[in-house]
Amino acid sequence: MQTETVLSVKDMTKHFGPIKAVNGVSFEVKKGEILGLIGPNGSGKSTLFNCILGQLAPSSGTVQINGKSVAGAQAHDLNRLGVGRTFQQLSVFPQMSVIENIIMAGQEHHGTMFTRLFGKSDAGLTGAAEDMIEFFRLGHLRDEMAGSLSYGQQKLLDAAMAFMAGPGLVLLDEPAGGVNLTMLQYLKERLITYNREHGTTFVVIEHNMEFVMSLCTRIIVLAEGEIIAEGAPEDIRANQNVIDAYLGG
Amino acid sequence: MTAFRILFLITFSVALLFAPIGQSNYIIYILCSWLIFSISAMGLNLTLGYAGQISLAQAAFMGIGAYVTALLTMAGMHWLVAVFCSISATFLIGLALGYPALRVQHHFLAFVTLAFNALVFLVLRNEEWLTGGSLGLVGIPRPVFGPFDTMKQLPFYYFTVVCFLVTAGAMAWMLHSPWGRAFKALRENPIRANSLGLNTTRMTLLAFAIGSSMAGLAGALQAPLVQFIEPGSFTLILSLKILLMVIVGGSGYFFGPILGAALVVLLPEMLRFTDGYYLIIYALLVLVVMIFSPQGLLGLGRKLLIAMKPRKERGDLKQGAQL
Repeated sequence: MQTETVLSVKDMTKHFGPIKAVNGVSFEVKKGEILGLIGPNGSGKSTLFNCILGQLAPSSGTVQINGKSVAGAQAHDLNRLGVGRTFQQLSVFPQMSVIENIIMAGQEHHGTMFTRLFGKSDAGLTGAAEDMIEFFRLGHLRDEMAGSLSYGQQKLLDAAMAFMAGPGLVLLDEPAGGVNLTMLQYLKERLITYNREHGTTFVVIEHNMEFVMSLCTRIIVLAEGEIIAEGAPEDIRANQNVIDAYLGG
Repeated sequence: MTAFRILFLITFSVALLFAPIGQSNYIIYILCSWLIFSISAMGLNLTLGYAGQISLAQAAFMGIGAYVTALLTMAGMHWLVAVFCSISATFLIGLALGYPALRVQHHFLAFVTLAFNALVFLVLRNEEWLTGGSLGLVGIPRPVFGPFDTMKQLPFYYFTVVCFLVTAGAMAWMLHSPWGRAFKALRENPIRANSLGLNTTRMTLLAFAIGSSMAGLAGALQAPLVQFIEPGSFTLILSLKILLMVIVGGSGYFFGPILGAALVVLLPEMLRFTDGYYLIIYALLVLVVMIFSPQGLLGLGRKLLIAMKPRKERGDLKQGAQL
């Protein structure tokens, strides 16, 4: 039986004037896969992410999610199609409590705009939100303001928010950036557990090689906007092109 | 809702009922003004304090609401029809004014809304055939509801109290619903909110439209209260005054604009015994509040409460301190 394709990117190009940030990139991601997207700074990873997520209009190329073209779709439309994401920078609601952040991450998927106005204050999500913060082991911080948490805890909260609406595909932009070793192990273990329990597909941009090699099932390496290698983590480690362009001796 | 809040709301409502008893017509007029400006400031608090969109056009919306109500009631329509038209007109115009907020933010947006306020003033002053020009409109009738005539000051006060309580109740309802959380998310991190499925375009426009329609309602009450309106009453100075109410009271706090309106409307009157010095004292008080509590009076109160409250030690912080 053929595995279902969740994300399909074809001939994606993004030019900023004469600079080709992304140049003819094509790849597919299958259901349940954890794909790593690595490459040196300026290789086009974040631009590619932003083109997939509709935050930048690509110069050419197509993006399909679950077989449907998402050309022109805005970020909230993609989220409703089951696409979650985290950001490179901390991206929580600092003056809202941890539980409020999580409820916010799920409430737009419950009912219509008008039923939300006349419905329950928590959109009936307190139980699910508590389960989610327990899953990411943030239960003891339930009522703390998100802005008062440590950097690593905010990264965990950020990830928890991306999962609250039960997405089929999650794009994680440098989830390990600035996170200490203990928290990193924690985050990796949670992501792998979530992937196994729910079959959720991940695409991860990351510079931390240890993290990405132990988390991902397949890796794509970008350099100067083009794919220079693709394969299993052990193959990427041994690839001479990748060593020359990114990993170094 | 906590027992403290219920007790506070009951006390506040009872105080509103008894406040005008034995007072002169002038004091009752000032109390009505406070309630009307509270409604307008609550609208701006939604746009600015909760949704994070600056607007310097609140006076213009009060003006539109006041003129629509004045023209319709003077043409013989009942106030209820007129207020519906005022709220609808300001809602739709607010929706249109919200579009620039989708492209520009902060001081740029402040200038766009400021320009709109100037435009409305010019239309009210120059279109004499409709608005009476600089002379304004005189003899605006007060509403009559069967046997309840608001022509006298005291009945008009109670009529204003009812409008205020209904508006505050509706506002509290909305802010307590998922909409309130969505507005806050829009203020704190619109890009993140959008990535979580929130249609930020729609919420930004709604924040403007609802905030503006509340100014429209305030205008629809202002017209029969004063029974005379003219364009000079709805200039940028008034928009700045309403902004001051929100900021001084506490932007993003439910009771902030009500407290702020009390400070801006009632305090100058209470300081009149100081003769010519009252405006100086008032200005100094506002300066002191802003310097020592940029989050407004309620922000200061919250800080004090947090400082006084015994805090549970957070396990993760204790663990971190031992590293």
